[in-house]
Amino acid sequence: MTDWRRQRTARDARIAAGRAHADGKVVAAADVVDLLEAVLRPGDRVCLEGDNQKQADCLARGLSACDPDKVHGLHMVQSGIVLPEHLDVFETGIAKRLDYSYSGPQGARIAKMLYGGQIELGAVHTYLELFARYFIDLTPNVALIAGVSADRAGNLYTGPNTEDTPTVVEATAFKNGVVIAQVNQIVETVPRVDIPGDRIDFVVEADTPFYVEPLFTRDPAAVTETQILMAMMAIKGIYAEYGIRRLNHGIGFGTAAIELLLPTYGERLGLKGRIATNWALNPHPTLIPAIEAGWVEQVHCFGSEVGMDRYIAARPDIFFTGADGSLRSNRAFCQTAGLYACDLFIGSTLQIDLMGHSSTVTTNRVAGFGGAPNMGSDPHGRRHPSDTWMKAGREAQQTGDPALMRGRKLVVQLVETFGDGLVPAFVEHLDALELARTIGLELAPVMVYADDVTHIVTEEGIANLLLCRNADEREQAIRGVAGYTEVGRGRDKAKVEHLRARGIVRRPEDLGIEPLDADRSLLAAKSIKDLVHTSGGLYEPPARFRNW
Amino acid sequence: METMTFRHTTKGPLAGTKPQAITGVVASGNLEVLLERVLPPDQCTIEIATPVVGYGDVWEAVAADFVARAQPGGLRIAINDGGARPDTVSLRLLQGARLMETGR
Repeated sequence: MTDWRRQRTARDARIAAGRAHADGKVVAAADVVDLLEAVLRPGDRVCLEGDNQKQADCLARGLSACDPDKVHGLHMVQSGIVLPEHLDVFETGIAKRLDYSYSGPQGARIAKMLYGGQIELGAVHTYLELFARYFIDLTPNVALIAGVSADRAGNLYTGPNTEDTPTVVEATAFKNGVVIAQVNQIVETVPRVDIPGDRIDFVVEADTPFYVEPLFTRDPAAVTETQILMAMMAIKGIYAEYGIRRLNHGIGFGTAAIELLLPTYGERLGLKGRIATNWALNPHPTLIPAIEAGWVEQVHCFGSEVGMDRYIAARPDIFFTGADGSLRSNRAFCQTAGLYACDLFIGSTLQIDLMGHSSTVTTNRVAGFGGAPNMGSDPHGRRHPSDTWMKAGREAQQTGDPALMRGRKLVVQLVETFGDGLVPAFVEHLDALELARTIGLELAPVMVYADDVTHIVTEEGIANLLLCRNADEREQAIRGVAGYTEVGRGRDKAKVEHLRARGIVRRPEDLGIEPLDADRSLLAAKSIKDLVHTSGGLYEPPARFRNW
Repeated sequence: METMTFRHTTKGPLAGTKPQAITGVVASGNLEVLLERVLPPDQCTIEIATPVVGYGDVWEAVAADFVARAQPGGLRIAINDGGARPDTVSLRLLQGARLMETGR
């Protein structure tokens, strides 16, 4: 007779083994290694919560300290490879296979380990894609997650950085998996229940509060005049023209400049209430001036940002907050919002090729892309119109029945033609292709594919790729904004001028932008200190940004 | 240190009467531009002093594009470069020309 409960039986055995090291559900930090060795089985699929920001670092240290004779061959399925321990486990044989999304700070080491064969790589996913696979073919056997506090029944308060936790727990707890949470403290009653206790099997009181990376703080003092000029072009040439109200911004200085120009330059253009009102965005400190000036209607967040908690709690009309008053973020929902409910994604990249493919992967760094490939793509499942989406659709429509026209999401690459150390952003061939050949990746790590990109904005101008009618026009439009890079200087000047006459390439002067206005005095905040002041003292920047 | 000078002919004089302007600062990644209205109305010279050697062809292209765009006839322009990127040079030159035109 078929046994339909093998997974459930195995789960019960794991939990029984773990209980030997617990008082009810509660486990002391000193007993983490024993707990993990009792619960884990060789070859398990394990999600060690490493999000974009929040890190289950106590459990990561515990896992890397396990005896490789007892715990080995794990298949790690987690969105972020951020801490050294996330890769240490591959050096000792505790883990073998990896499926992930983002590895910013560990990008160079991961490339080395892939090349050395220490990691069997599944794929580098977008967040939403990895979350989706948690429910289909990458369901974790064990999830190691992080929260702020829990009660003895396991009810979990994640704090403002809820991020991936509900998704990870959903996939694990309801499919016979074991969920172990680390928390900063065990309390009598949690401020709010983000995860109900019957989905949490063990709670570890961590030795130190979990680590959070301040990933979205951009110091206005470092914004350059070139970035201000580009932000002016984006606001006047794209946001105003398409009437973009629902949007997502990347994390670079260019988009920070746009945020800081809304209450000044945007105000001068009479755009308040007409653009940038509804956001899928982490709580960027540089959005504070626009919020305070009444530009922003609401913001849904992937995660929180260090120092923003008090400000957010004081602005519940703008942010999503719980009954306790603090932010409730959710990466899966916010990524879905960015995909289906936003009309524009704008972000930066390290390399763009002649067709408009872009990547942040270079030959010695496999950084992963996080959410950008998802938000920076045109969702073919979208079925609701908006003026912005339809206008972009009309520009892209070349042939066919107008009654069957669909809209287009605007996907804008905001790039300076030269990056740090005069490295050109425009290239003939992406380094990502070379890397894929070197380490034998079946799929080249492209962040945003050319057919999803609609505009490229550089300090030289805007290229509207929707209006290009063939590959040659597209290449010349890209060369036409590539400045003094080799790619830019290789342009056919006559063709670029022809594209300019058709409005496919537009210069600052074509948009009526005065170069003298590209001045730091246009920034609504010129320093972190200004942001603190504008927030009424509610924003509390981390120490490394307190430079006054 | 490398120095170079580019001479251009323009269609006519730059608008405005302001005799002299200075913009920018000599700092790392930045540059200082001094503009003086001292040449015949259809002439423009751009003198560059830069610590970064070997980018003569890029400077030449930046200067030529600037002259084509701004038609800065009558100006002698001196650049004190601190290793600025070409886009920064271009922006600063345009800002300098606008200062001379508008008298701001």
